[in-house]
Amino acid sequence: MPDLETTPSSNHHRAWPALLAIALIVAAVALAFAWIAGWLAPNRLTPQRFTNAIEIGNGQIYRGYRRAHAKGVCVAGYFEGNGQGAALSSARLFAAGRTPFVGRLSVGGGSPYGLDNKARVRSMALELNSDDGQQWRMAMNSFPFFGVSSVQAFYEQTVANAPAPATGKPDPAKQAAFAQAHPEFARFANWAKTAPWSTSWANTTFNGVNTFRFTNRAGETRNVRWSMQPQTPFVAMTAEQRAAVDGNFLSEDLVGRLGQGPLRWDMVVTLAQPGDSTVDPSQSWPEDRRRVTVGTVVIERSTPQTTGACRDINYDPLVLPAGVQGSDDPILAARSAVYSVSFNRREHDIASGSAGAATGKATAAEAKP
Amino acid sequence: MNSAKHFNLTARVLHWSMALAILAMLFVGIGMVASISLRPSLVSLHRPLGMAILLLVIVRLINRLRHRPPALPADLPAVQVLAAKASHWVLYTLMFAMPLIGWSMLSAGGYPVTMIKGFNLPPIAPHDATVYAVLRGAHSWLALLLFATVLMHLAAALYHAWVRQDEVFPSMARGEPTASAAAVAAPTAEFGESPQTTPEPRE
Repeated sequence: MPDLETTPSSNHHRAWPALLAIALIVAAVALAFAWIAGWLAPNRLTPQRFTNAIEIGNGQIYRGYRRAHAKGVCVAGYFEGNGQGAALSSARLFAAGRTPFVGRLSVGGGSPYGLDNKARVRSMALELNSDDGQQWRMAMNSFPFFGVSSVQAFYEQTVANAPAPATGKPDPAKQAAFAQAHPEFARFANWAKTAPWSTSWANTTFNGVNTFRFTNRAGETRNVRWSMQPQTPFVAMTAEQRAAVDGNFLSEDLVGRLGQGPLRWDMVVTLAQPGDSTVDPSQSWPEDRRRVTVGTVVIERSTPQTTGACRDINYDPLVLPAGVQGSDDPILAARSAVYSVSFNRREHDIASGSAGAATGKATAAEAKP
Repeated sequence: MNSAKHFNLTARVLHWSMALAILAMLFVGIGMVASISLRPSLVSLHRPLGMAILLLVIVRLINRLRHRPPALPADLPAVQVLAAKASHWVLYTLMFAMPLIGWSMLSAGGYPVTMIKGFNLPPIAPHDATVYAVLRGAHSWLALLLFATVLMHLAAALYHAWVRQDEVFPSMARGEPTASAAAVAAPTAEFGESPQTTPEPRE
């Protein structure tokens, strides 16, 4: 900053309005910056505050782990296009034979020690690397539609499900208030209550849920959603079976199945009709929409996530190749933003040496809570 | 000494276009990490703009090394000369460092460094959690340092223009004045004569 003492003394009487103007200009630019950063608006929902709410909901911070869907395994394999997707999107994946991926199968929840038989939501994430240097990251879930229709509601849901300090369990009154404020959530709650639980990741359908846009070589753009439908036949678990299985049954089952051979899912793309919502992932599209099977996801092997290649990947669903774009679904943008903060925090944990368990270097005391 | 009193046209065009680009970049950057909804569009702007700044600063440095900048006013107090030199070193260093750190940070995070859809830059750092975390932290903190330095630079420029009313601001705002323009632009009497005997090269 200029040193006022050195201003020529003859100029002092004229200098102060100019100095004031300079101070005001600099302060205005700094304030604009601070406002955009969210520093002056403590109630604005930022990705950092959303991630804080997730961490609070987890009851504690599990260093080095994903803040959501913390428990999972790394998988690897390839996608094999059948040629049908090339008419929909110019993504290399659909034309090429095999595209390798580093993937992850996980369960919902923020604890890496959560019980598989208590986790209603299961997930599949893929990072596909095609031979033209393009990347396609997908993050899919076992629910067929999203629970809420806005980012604010998504945040309120996270807050409502946080454990109350006194009981260590979510407050039913807060959950009820949330459900009442967001009637669209009833459909999701009904799915969670009534949909059968499958016996394996291998026979679970994983849905992209959010809307994306495919653009083909002719420049035609369509709104699409997609699902990975298992070739392994669906088998439901009874409540008794579920109570009896081990808390890690999904990864044990996966290792057993992969010992017998690769596991396959068909990628089925659903094409929107005019009027189908692209901005609200809680709205399903009608059943009669055209579906195109574009290829097969083949998982060949798995590794623990503590040492596997998926650990240091942010499965941001908006890392997309040419031929695929995100839609204007605000929840898609929010997922991208919050995943980024979660990734930054867990990589920071690992770098600072505070993530022993997450990197497979746990001390005996740290290995289990 | 026969050095120019004004920056050459290339320097002036680069200075003002980069001033705009860097200020925009800082706001895009902070908006990108703090917004729950605008991240995708701001990210797709941030990366190519960063690379544009890197290319421009290379051209700018070459121009700077080939064309001696105008001297600072000879009567400028030593502490201000020091501040001017130090802030220019910081600005030049960060103009190079920030895009390179951003590029290597994305590489270390395993992210594609997408310029436009379908065109990625190659990775320049290994995919590694620790390398990523260190570079990610550096990118944030150095962005704040860059912003602070830009604000100081802005304040100093306006101080020269409005308080000292010396040749510093016009030397970047205008080309070499013609004889009649020089008379208009000359310091007013109240500053007295500025002895230009030992001009200090800028920076």
